Amino acid sequence: MTDVIDKPKQDGPDLKVVGTRPVRPDGVDKVTGRAAFGADYRLPGMLTGRILRSPHPHARIVSIDTTKAKALAGVKAVVTAADFPDLDSEEYEAGESAADIRDLSLNVMARHKVLYDGHAVAAVAATSASVAEEALGLIEVVYEVLPHVTDVVEAMSPTAPLLHEGMITQGVTPPPTRPSNIAKRFASQRGDLEAGFAAAEVVIEDSFTTQAVHQGYIEPHACVATMTEDGQSVVWSSSQGQFMVRTYCAKLLGLEVADVRVIPAEIGGGFGGKTTVYLEPVALALSRISGAPVKLVMSRDEVFRATGPTSGTAITVKIGATRDGRFTAAQVELKYQAGAFPGSPAGAAVMTALACYDLENFSIIGWDVVTNTPKVAAYRAPGAPMVAFAVEGVIDELARNLGIDPIAIRELNGVRDGMKASYGPTFRNIGFQETLQAAREHPHYSAPLAPGEGRGVAAGFWFNVGGESTAALHLNEDGSAVVVTGSPDIGGSRASMAMMAAEVLGVGADRVRPVVADTASIGFSMLTGGSRTTFATGMAVTQAAQKVVESLKARAAMTWETGAEHVAWENGQAICLDPAKDVKALSLAELAANAARTGGPISAEVSLNAQGAGPGFGVHICDVAIDRETGHVAITRYTAVQDVGRAIHPAYVEGQIQGGAAQGIGWALNEEYVFGDDGRMQNSGFLDYRMPVASDLPMIEAVMVEVPNPRHPFGAKGVGEVPIVPPLAAVANAVRGALGFRMAHLPLSPPKVRAALDRSG
Amino acid sequence: MAQVVAVSSDVLAFTGGETRFEVAADTVRRLILALDERFPGLGDLIERRVAIAIDGEIHRNAWGAALRPDSEVVLIDRIGGG
Amino acid sequence: MSKVHIRARVNGDPVEFLAEQGMTLLDALRDELGLTGAKEGCGSGDCGACSIMVDERLVCSCLMLAPEAEGRRIETIEGMARDGGLHPLQRKFLEHAALQCGFCTPGLLVAAKALLDQNPDPTETETRFWLAGNLCRCTGYDKVIRAVMDAAAELRQAHSA
Repeated sequence: MTDVIDKPKQDGPDLKVVGTRPVRPDGVDKVTGRAAFGADYRLPGMLTGRILRSPHPHARIVSIDTTKAKALAGVKAVVTAADFPDLDSEEYEAGESAADIRDLSLNVMARHKVLYDGHAVAAVAATSASVAEEALGLIEVVYEVLPHVTDVVEAMSPTAPLLHEGMITQGVTPPPTRPSNIAKRFASQRGDLEAGFAAAEVVIEDSFTTQAVHQGYIEPHACVATMTEDGQSVVWSSSQGQFMVRTYCAKLLGLEVADVRVIPAEIGGGFGGKTTVYLEPVALALSRISGAPVKLVMSRDEVFRATGPTSGTAITVKIGATRDGRFTAAQVELKYQAGAFPGSPAGAAVMTALACYDLENFSIIGWDVVTNTPKVAAYRAPGAPMVAFAVEGVIDELARNLGIDPIAIRELNGVRDGMKASYGPTFRNIGFQETLQAAREHPHYSAPLAPGEGRGVAAGFWFNVGGESTAALHLNEDGSAVVVTGSPDIGGSRASMAMMAAEVLGVGADRVRPVVADTASIGFSMLTGGSRTTFATGMAVTQAAQKVVESLKARAAMTWETGAEHVAWENGQAICLDPAKDVKALSLAELAANAARTGGPISAEVSLNAQGAGPGFGVHICDVAIDRETGHVAITRYTAVQDVGRAIHPAYVEGQIQGGAAQGIGWALNEEYVFGDDGRMQNSGFLDYRMPVASDLPMIEAVMVEVPNPRHPFGAKGVGEVPIVPPLAAVANAVRGALGFRMAHLPLSPPKVRAALDRSG
Repeated sequence: MAQVVAVSSDVLAFTGGETRFEVAADTVRRLILALDERFPGLGDLIERRVAIAIDGEIHRNAWGAALRPDSEVVLIDRIGGG
Repeated sequence: MSKVHIRARVNGDPVEFLAEQGMTLLDALRDELGLTGAKEGCGSGDCGACSIMVDERLVCSCLMLAPEAEGRRIETIEGMARDGGLHPLQRKFLEHAALQCGFCTPGLLVAAKALLDQNPDPTETETRFWLAGNLCRCTGYDKVIRAVMDAAAELRQAHSA
């Protein structure tokens, strides 16, 4: 079934559970150490796996000799690419966006060539970690080292070393005759650019760069996998989607989907980085040979070197405006690093670049470029934060140049309902103006700054998505209920699922216990990502609960010997509306106790493909103080305002906003992949890859604006992506205010700020 | 006749840059079949890479979604997310 | 390689186990004693997810070798809830929604308890610097800090009552 409930419940007052802040149902497990994450699983006879990784950023694999490793006592299996099917290129949709299955296979285990420092070339399973590690040292790989390129702009040069000899740029007509590292060109335009700039009274143009940054989840990738001699497989793993893991494992190993069962572990953070597979197919291949369960856990070094950062970028933005601040034209060109295989978020960046603004004339060009760096993975609002950093920076300069308040210039040019989005469709039920207004009226915005401090403002946009979800609701004999979904809980979604079901049933949230089920125990669900779970899976949960209520009403009608049309459901009980009957209301527990007599167990399962996710907008205000001696930038106050549709569990919505803002602040100030001339990552640990710690941040005030999405039963919009979009620009604009000049190259780390101060005299 | 606008770079590469079409279709399924007839192979591309915004709401893999005669239909690239 | 026999107290109970010379205490707790509440986030003492108490000192168990635990008193997250009830810090983490994925939570709780044991009335700044060794990527720390401060207030009140 495609879709939705047409009559949204939009009014707040009669909601009893939605909008409250109950303790999350999985909370006690997580504060007591009981919760089992990917690395916490142990099976009888389990072997320990280790992966051998390339020390070269680019090399041909001449030969791999595993003889000595296999001969070591305690080694039970050694695999290389030869143990996986050599798959043809095929775009395959496994839960979210399409991936090329051949690229995925080559990323999981290199064949013929290694394309980045850390690329997997072989794996072993042994009776202990020390034996496995010793075995890695006995695998002899002969490499023919090739020239490499890690920087996105250098990779676009016609003289750059080629990663894929046959790669012809897509999206260019006529197609180029020679291969390059440019995988694809994206373009989007409207109106007459030349006329638009001719009408401008002020034009600002600047070029920006951002570095590759990692999602930085604290839990390294981990799994346990087992395969029997007939190919039946079970995988326990920490991911954003057990069904995604199942699909990819089946494809990469040539198994029937029904033979692969994936049991979701608790996931210790993902942020987009766990929307693909790295370890699971390797663990299965090792188990296939050894006949024993195999556990694979990455070290932090492996997480940095071999799993998805997001793109480093180079972006140029030019915007023209009239004296009164109205934008007349905008031109954006963005270059996004994809890593070893095509598929940077350049396309999404093109679509989001100007999505906040009403523009008659614009041109946006995007380039997807491969480099000798790990293949990028999704990271929260993929592609949007970097281009927002550039666009919002130029808008900040325009506002300064024109003497217009930075929120006022965004209100003047910001999109409203009925306007055409820069990416095509007409906006409906959006809350950008409401969000800007809430930011303008917030006490932070009018608070005086201390001498030397700077204040920055920036806006951000994300589409949010819906998609396929399944939910089942089972009523128990005492009137309590279980809600089962296939959506991993990354940030508290179990709580919101239970709350939505409880709201419909008319009971307290603690009467509904949520379960995240394995792939054999619930219908297909796309992965948790794109801020889709509370929207789409929440819709399935709500509909399942409504079906249960319909069943309860029918059973009450049977009990009272009246028609179902004479039964209403209020506050968790059936009320008889039949004037001919003088009967007491029937409670949920009473109806549940009589289930056997009235037709059997009371359950409902709903599978749907949710459409109509509502886009979200955020506006952030950031204050900074700069230590001019050290170049250290301190965030002194931070406020994040966002249209959330309707907050189901406001505390976890605030948490999404605060966490996204903190990640964006880290991206702006300190985080970056540093590559040496040898093409190797130089800072693959948390000491040198500097993520924000508690003492780096102030309280982050999250302000929720609620412009309900009529396509969701309670008005919810996705909330997880938007908050990482504005911070890069908000921080950089604040630094601009404090320094008096703009720094356009992230991160704004102490050495760079210090050097910029030196240059400015 | 639904008014169809192509924004997706992939679609434009297929239509030789043509951005606006009138298509007689009352569902997404009919729309895709009709576009595929006009540009052979475009249907497959849409199924793999394109989302369809109908009157401002983005649809993906939704053959049954209805188009009204005056519907605004926009073909855009599919969006994933983190 | 022959293994070392180690005796220690963990959460008040005597334990004995065998460990390779180079095994970390974290791996021993997780793999030999089945106490998987302490997590490995980095293996280099930078993230704090493996925080435990050893003889009343807060340590990263990934930086300590298992044989060094001989004769020590070790406290882990598994020992924090007592007598069937949560510690006030655990309760306040839940009430304030101070966790999202929950992976860093055991380490944060152990570190926060160590703070309150020696400083029952920390300022926000003191709390932030004390917890600077515990990385959390989900929350931005806001609700974590609030939960710790609130738990400190409750503990002070309970103490003075």
